[in-house]
Amino acid sequence: MDLVTLSRLQFALTTIYHWLFVPLTLGMGWFVAFMQTRYYQTGDETWHKMSKFWGKLFLINFAIGVVTGIVQEFQFGMNWSEYSRYVGDIFGAPLAIEALLAFFMESTFLGIWVFGEGRVPQKVHLASIWLVAIGSNLSALWILLANGWMQHPVGYVINEANGRAELVNFFALISNPRGWIFFWHTISDGVLMAAMMLIAVSGYHIFRKQNVDLFKRSFVIGSVVGLIAGVLVFLGGHTMGQYMYETQPMKFAAIEAHWETSQPADFSIITIGDLSGKREVWSWRMPAVLSFLACNNFDCKVTGVYDIQAEYEAAYGPGDYIPLMVVTYWTFRIMMTFGFIMMGITAYFVWANLRGDITKAKWMKWTPALLILPYLANASGWILTEMGRQPWIVQGLLKVQDGVSPNLTTVDLLISLIGYTVVYGSLAVAMVKLMLKYAKAGPDAAMHESVDVAPTLVGADD
Amino acid sequence: MSYEFLQTLWFILIAVLWIGFFFLEGFDFGVGMLLPFLGKKDEERRAIINSIGSVWDGNEVWLLTAGGATFAAFPHWYATMFSGFYLALFLLLVGLILRGISFEYRSKDAAPAWRNRFDWMIAIGSFMSALLLGAAFANLARGVPINADMMFTGNLFTLLNPYGLLGGLTTVAIFLLHGANFLGLKLEGELRERVNAFAKKLWVVTTVLYIALGVFTYAAGFWARGIVNPGIVPIAAVTVLLVAGYFINQKMEGWSFIMVALNIVLTQVTFFSMTFPNVMLSTTNPAYSLTIYNASSSQYTLTVMSIVALIFVPIVLAYQGWTYYMFRKRISSDKKELVY
Repeated sequence: MDLVTLSRLQFALTTIYHWLFVPLTLGMGWFVAFMQTRYYQTGDETWHKMSKFWGKLFLINFAIGVVTGIVQEFQFGMNWSEYSRYVGDIFGAPLAIEALLAFFMESTFLGIWVFGEGRVPQKVHLASIWLVAIGSNLSALWILLANGWMQHPVGYVINEANGRAELVNFFALISNPRGWIFFWHTISDGVLMAAMMLIAVSGYHIFRKQNVDLFKRSFVIGSVVGLIAGVLVFLGGHTMGQYMYETQPMKFAAIEAHWETSQPADFSIITIGDLSGKREVWSWRMPAVLSFLACNNFDCKVTGVYDIQAEYEAAYGPGDYIPLMVVTYWTFRIMMTFGFIMMGITAYFVWANLRGDITKAKWMKWTPALLILPYLANASGWILTEMGRQPWIVQGLLKVQDGVSPNLTTVDLLISLIGYTVVYGSLAVAMVKLMLKYAKAGPDAAMHESVDVAPTLVGADD
Repeated sequence: MSYEFLQTLWFILIAVLWIGFFFLEGFDFGVGMLLPFLGKKDEERRAIINSIGSVWDGNEVWLLTAGGATFAAFPHWYATMFSGFYLALFLLLVGLILRGISFEYRSKDAAPAWRNRFDWMIAIGSFMSALLLGAAFANLARGVPINADMMFTGNLFTLLNPYGLLGGLTTVAIFLLHGANFLGLKLEGELRERVNAFAKKLWVVTTVLYIALGVFTYAAGFWARGIVNPGIVPIAAVTVLLVAGYFINQKMEGWSFIMVALNIVLTQVTFFSMTFPNVMLSTTNPAYSLTIYNASSSQYTLTVMSIVALIFVPIVLAYQGWTYYMFRKRISSDKKELVY
């Protein structure tokens, strides 16, 4: 494999992996902060136990997000040095601000939260978990503003003298609608992710009749908040689709397998393409729905992939400007389908809870399996966003192949790629082991500042 | 503010971030390396980890901020250094990942084998990080092959020269000593005695290595190749290290910690002034060196970033300082008082 492919593969690996853990951090922080606030207000021990139990799972997950985040900060320079030179004047600023504003905040106050209970005043301890939640979500904002610039560059000029993009309007950068819509989509997605975790783990315990009161409370919170978050994710996604239609028409057409320009445009429910991913073999379509997705009415014109390709060739010179459609098309459908299932299922849980006692429901047994949905939907969403921008690394300005570090060899890349795979794989094994153990052990174990979760082991010498 | 002033300001700010990182995370690395050797029992190891438990993550953010600030203020420096030191930085990342995850996971299972494995990962990860950071900085002082396109033309073995290795080992030694002094301040009882005894031996090794590095720097002519002569600063750095030896012998833990901390700060000041205004010296041709002038961002970006830094750096310093105050108490290795 060549350098560009290996570099892309490694970026995909490290970034998708990082993103498996971050949404839960983003969402769960709010839940734990809420639970601890209720405890602070009411003195109800159940809230206390809830904040400790979900807090433990939050921490096990948080640790992986932190350590894999360092790689994110370094790999632009390490693997994409030409990209870094080209965009550093603009892209570096949100990254530096993210570290200064958000990383310091979340890491410092997390330290206070973990080690401070009983040592710092209760109010300070409570404030620290809120600051952790705010800090981690702030970091999401800054990185999404940075990513938003790659999707839709604003506030810049190309400096002819040194051939790079330079910032001329900081306020355009930080008010880039692309970044903010994405932030909306992403943080509500984090809340949905955490809500699904609440539902899945609570269901496990409710089915086994363990701590039913505590877990029913968690389950209901998860369902109600999950439903609201699910609707927000959908609305954010829909808004983003329309923005994408205006600013990244190729990505929009590619995720819909929309080949030919049409008015009104029909929506593909299932399309089978040929192996090249550039020709359609068979499809089943809903009339006019794509027009609605693009511009909220059933009659507007949606430009197709072929026309945009011709347009780009005229503007940027000969080349292939069509993303790998089999990926964009199917990741979009996975994300969307799973998103709708989550909305439907949380709505059902809310309704079932209003109607009667959900703790005896037969379906409770299957709730842990739901956890697969948010993970796959999250990963699909990012693959779609980044693959849909191909061949560009910065939309319309710089291509991926021109951003790579030219001094690296394929041997360098193979060493690091294999290294990351081994390290990340081992981390995942340890993390899943601990998550399962702590999730199954329940709230009493989480209450102990103990050597192990099983209460019998507390105080045991080892 | 003039462009040149802003470029100098950001050079100083990045130097401050690195100094902060070496000063703070320096003792974290030292504590990490000492962990399996000093802590005989599980509670002792936990007490050692808890001495930095609430702060190590915040300290590491200094590194991330230094990286981010370099990207924002000197994109070419960021691009050349990070792609040039590729495998070294990859190993540094592995080291940081191993130790970071181990702090959080080592106590989450009671099996002695599990804990022992993570304790060693903390030690090895800390050692790798200290060694590689030291070697990287030594190579920056020495100069590395860079061509006319600002591209690094060496490989991992280019960095493994005697000066780089000596720089790495010296950094490991200083961080060990710094960590031992920090533990002397934070622990109590027998463990405190043990760490103080350890510090005495470490001081000898550190001083020898440090002086060797200084002599090498002079003899090889890596000295004052920019427009600033560090002058008295390195002499002061050696002096405080020697004075630290006296305080370590007198078991005056507060003073020995301050002296070694000062040594780290002054060493970094020496490093950053030795090459200024160069940020990466080219051994291929001095004209190809990256400087604060040819590697920097635009004046507009530097201005915006200056305003952001002016507002937020004091806030960060205030709350980070406040955490140290909150957790200033000594840590007992008595099981009842330990936080896991």
